[in-house]
Parts: sequence; C-alpha cells; structure tokens
Amino acid sequence: MAALLWLPLTVPLLLAAVGFAFRASYWTLLLPVISAVVLLLTGVSLIGTVVSSAPVVAIEGWLRVDALSAWMLAVVGAVAVVALWGGAPLRSKASTSIGSFAALLNLFLAAMSLALVADNVGLMWVAIELTTVTTAFLVASGDGEHALEAAWKYVVLGAVGVAIAFLGVALLSAAAMGHSEAGVSWTALMAQAATLDPTMVQLAGALAVLGFATKAGLAPMHSWLPDAHSQAPAPVSGLMSGVLLSVAFSVILRIQAITDAVVGPELMRTLLLTAGLLSLAVAAGLMLTQTDYKRLLAYSSIEHMGLLALGAAVGGELAIAAVLLHILGHGLIKSTMFVIAGRISAATGSHRIEDVHGLLRARPDLGAPFLLGTAGLLGFPPFVTFFTEVAIIVAGFTRGLGWQMAVACALLLVVFAGVTRQVLAMTLGAGTRAPGRLVWWRRVPVWLGLLSAMALSFALWPLSPVLIAAVTALGGAQ
Amino acid sequence: MNQHLFAQLIATITGVLLLTAILQIWGRSLVRSIGLLSVQGAALAALVLTVGLNAGEPQVWLVTGIVLLMKSVVLPAAMLRSAKLIGETRERPTTINPAVELIGAAGLTLIAYIVGVPLAGPDPDPARQALPVGFSLVLLGFWLLMIRRSAITQLVGFLVLDNGIATVSFLASGGLPLTVELGSSLDVLLVVLILGVLVVRMQRQQGHTDITELKELHD
Repeated sequence: MAALLWLPLTVPLLLAAVGFAFRASYWTLLLPVISAVVLLLTGVSLIGTVVSSAPVVAIEGWLRVDALSAWMLAVVGAVAVVALWGGAPLRSKASTSIGSFAALLNLFLAAMSLALVADNVGLMWVAIELTTVTTAFLVASGDGEHALEAAWKYVVLGAVGVAIAFLGVALLSAAAMGHSEAGVSWTALMAQAATLDPTMVQLAGALAVLGFATKAGLAPMHSWLPDAHSQAPAPVSGLMSGVLLSVAFSVILRIQAITDAVVGPELMRTLLLTAGLLSLAVAAGLMLTQTDYKRLLAYSSIEHMGLLALGAAVGGELAIAAVLLHILGHGLIKSTMFVIAGRISAATGSHRIEDVHGLLRARPDLGAPFLLGTAGLLGFPPFVTFFTEVAIIVAGFTRGLGWQMAVACALLLVVFAGVTRQVLAMTLGAGTRAPGRLVWWRRVPVWLGLLSAMALSFALWPLSPVLIAAVTALGGAQ
Repeated sequence: MNQHLFAQLIATITGVLLLTAILQIWGRSLVRSIGLLSVQGAALAALVLTVGLNAGEPQVWLVTGIVLLMKSVVLPAAMLRSAKLIGETRERPTTINPAVELIGAAGLTLIAYIVGVPLAGPDPDPARQALPVGFSLVLLGFWLLMIRRSAITQLVGFLVLDNGIATVSFLASGGLPLTVELGSSLDVLLVVLILGVLVVRMQRQQGHTDITELKELHD
C-alpha cells in the first residue's frame, strides 16, 4: 500500500518533465488533468485503505497518509479535474510555451500532495513554501496588465508569512527537545504532547497558525489574495482558491491538534474565532461595493475560509466533519466559478461587473451555471454548502459560541446581499444572443463541478466514515 | 568545548548578527547592504558550527557548509546580479528620517528582548540566552520591509528575517533535521530567484522598481 502513497508525488513530477520536454505542443495541457485524475483515484483508494486499517507510512515515517490526508488528496484531485479541464486555455489563446505552463501546474499539484502526505511539520512547511514558488510564475502569466504587481505582492507576502510559520516550527522543535528523536514529526509530537514545554508550544502554535493563515487567506493576512486570485489565469485561480487555501488550512488543523493537546483548546479557539470573524467581516464589507467580478469571487474565498476557521474554532465531531466536507463543496463550486469567470472575461474582454449584462440571454451557456454556482457559494440547498454551513453554525451554538455565531450569521446576510446584487446585475436584464458557445467537452467540467457539489448533499451517508476517521486522526478534536 | 569559550563565541557571533542588521537599516547603499548580508550569512554559519560542535552533532560540518554556501555566497550573489541587471545601487529616497528608522530599530530590539527572555527559561544555557538576538533579527527584517521602497531592499529585508528565524532555530534547538534544513534553504533560494526575475520584469515594464508605486490593484 505504501506504493500508492508515492503516486501523487511522482506522477505529477514525471508529467511535469514531459510537459517541459514538449513545451511547444498544445496537448501538454492534458498532462495536469491526468495528474489530477491520478490524485483523485489515489485519494479515494487511500481513503478505503486507511478507514479500514492503519495509516500508510513510507520512508521511516517521513510520509504518512491518515484519513485526513487521504480525504484532502481526493479533494485536491476532484477540484483540480474541474479547474484544469474546464480552465484549459483555447488553442488560439495558447502561448508558444504552453507546455511550461502545464509543467508548472503539475509541479504545483506535486507540492500540494507533498504538503498533504508529509508527516514532519518541517516538511509540511517546505511543501507549503513550494506551492508559493510553483505558483509565482503562474500568477505572473495572467494576461491582465497588473499580473506582475499581483505576483510580486503574492510572493513577498506569501514568503514572509510562511517564514513566520517556520519560526513556529523551529520553536515547536525546541519544545520537543530531548523528547523526540524524530525532530518535528507530527505523530511523535501528538504522542508526546504531555511532555512538551507548554510556554514554547503556545508561542510556536500561535506563530505557526499566523504564518500558515497567510497562505490560507485568513484576515488579517489576506491582502495578497484578491490581487493574486483575480489576476491569475482561470485554471490557476480555480486551483488556488479551490484547494491551495484549504491545503494550507489542513496544516492549520494539524498545528491546532498539537497545540490543543498541549495547552488546551482556548488559545487556538480564540485565534481562529478572531481570524474567522475578521475574514467574514472583511469579505462582507468589500463584496458589497465590489466592481470586479473576479475579485468578488476572491473575496468569497476569504469568506469561506473564515467559515472554515469558525468551524475549526468550534471543534468537535460535527463541526470538523462539516469543515472537511465544506472544503470539498466550496472547492468544486469555486473552481467552476473561476472557470466561468475566465470565459466571461474572454467573451467581454473586461473584469468589471458593469461591463457584463444580460448573460442569461446573451450567453446562457455561461449565465446559467454562473447564477447556479453563485447560489452554491451563498449556501442554497440542494448544494452541500447549505448543509455544511448550517452544521458549523449549529455546532457553534450547541458548544456555547452563541454570540459569535450570531455575528457570523449577520455577516453572511451582508455577503448574501452584496453577491446577489452584483451577480443579478451581470446575469439578468436585456441582452442579445451572442455567439461563442464552446464545444461540448469544454462545457462538461462546469456542470460536473456544480452537479457533484449538489450530489454530495445526498452522499452524506457513504462519506461519513471517512469524515469521522479524519476527525479521529486529528485527535478527536475536542 | 570549554563552556566559557562557548559563551564568549555565542556572544560575539550574535553581536555580529545584530550589528549587521542595524547597519543595514542605517545605510542607503544597496551594494553595501548586500555585502552586509553576506557577512551576516557567514556569522550564521559560525553560529551553526559553534552550537553544533558544543552539542557534538555528527553532521555539523555539512550543515555549516550548506549555510555558509547559501547564506553567504549564493543568495547575496543572486541579489547582486538582480541589482546590477536593473542598474540600481542606491536606496530610493524616503520621507522617513534616518534617525526615526534607527530609533524604531532600537525599540524593536527592546521588544525582542522582552519577548525572548522569558522563553529562554529559568536557568538558560548561553545559546538560549542569546535567543532574543534571533527575534531582533526577525523584527528588524520586518522593519526593513516596512520602511524601504526599493524592491531589492525588500529582498534584503526578507533575507534578514529569514536569517533571524534560522538564528532562533539553531539557538533554541540546534536546528531542524537535515532534510528540512535543505528543503527550506532550497525554498528560500527559489523565492529569491523568482523575486529577482520579477524585479527585472518590473524594471522593464515600468522603468523603476519602487514598490510603493505598486498600487493599481486595490479596493
């Protein structure tokens, strides 16, 4: 079974090499999609393995897949299929070195896989930093005139933020000095939580969460996100918003598990509640007056990361399981939305909301899924986001976080008002039928993303064992 | 190693680390700032060697070699190359008074001591006693990122920050496993190379590398 663990690392790397070798060929765009499918299939089969038996381990425990990692691998694969298949640039728009674009996407997938299968917190850090490195040029390759500015801010803030997390990792290693031979192995730290130095762990946990929150796009460390996510090309925005944020968030969950085991849940609860409510507030405020629809989607990602932070702060089986499912639901919908946004911007040549009218009449192939996806992002049933958001809020109320959840609900209403106003302005109204309908195989991934986000609502029963196993892997999440 | 000698060495090396960071905040020449970065890297390597020899680590020479090569040679050389490519050797004038910059730096060092001393524990060894210097470097790196406008100095600030983190890591726990150290050095190198490429593109696109002019994207 250990061989299975290697697939998500080696396949994208190999395909990246192939992409570089044939960088002038358009077909190289197929390679990252293949990697995504491999990630999805590996994730699903690893879920089967770890739920029925023990976690899969390789190279003396450096790599380890438990239920959480397996679930996240499957999520990355599923979302990447939608983002990369749907977002593949048209042949007429593809640059002459399209293969290097495909290769960088593959390296990006490999970096995310490494962050998920690493057991050593230091290695997780290395992998998260690698995601910044591999996406830097992907962001800079956006066709907007400000892609360079966005890439600069993204790399500087990303690198500095993640450097703070490294300080946390270093202090974690200091806290474990004399106890753990494995350095900062996550399993070893969890097992020896009782013997760790609490003062050191407190500071280490706070710094690590603060640092990784930069990559997870949580306020107040979010300022790079709207720029990078709005300027990057569609498949990159889709992947970054859909999964990169949540991969960083899953690392936060692991740091939280260690810190909670050593110093109790209060510290992390306060930090995550603050970050969550602040993210919701920032997103709500800026979505009301947003004039750029890609930025609107980016702020929506901050909002959803805020919800995840609230769920993690609440803790407990219901909230954490809902958080994990929400990661998948949001990832699928958000990557679909960025794919559609990329097509809208290709059709209208503008990112501005006021330049887009009557999409439902002019381009029903774009307008209909855009409106439907918006409903998903706002948490309408039958989308799975409805059930997960309700579960997080209800769990919060039952665990005594009443007023925080009330504030969150109020902020969600503001988000609702802002998004509805902007998206209705884009989709409704008069419009004349415009040409440009894409071939069927480019329309499939959009509906695939939206329909699977709905189907998940009815698949809660078969999914519950893996979600429960992932919560247990996090130490039961008090 | 003789404990007295060990304490003296740690004190000297951390003194050099702090001094180079302060000089970087004081000076306005980019070339000298990059030179100071190289000295800082060498001091960091010396710190790794001292801590490692004192603890009797088997891989100490290897780690020292990597740190020396990366922090003192490769990274400064890469930055010097970017600076030469865009033809910028002086920091862009700011509205902040140099005295204010230095007073800020002193204040941050003080904060680092306030935070760092309790962490060292009740009866610290010389290495943990020097922990506040690492925190100072981190904060001074942030300070550079905040007060300077040239993209190259932003990079210097990032590397000072990174050196500070490495200092904390080596003083507090004798460093992380070799694989992690290698991985993180590689990451930092890649970040610096990428930012170097972006700086050159920026110079070509807009004719300057003043990051305060990067304000097209906002809400």
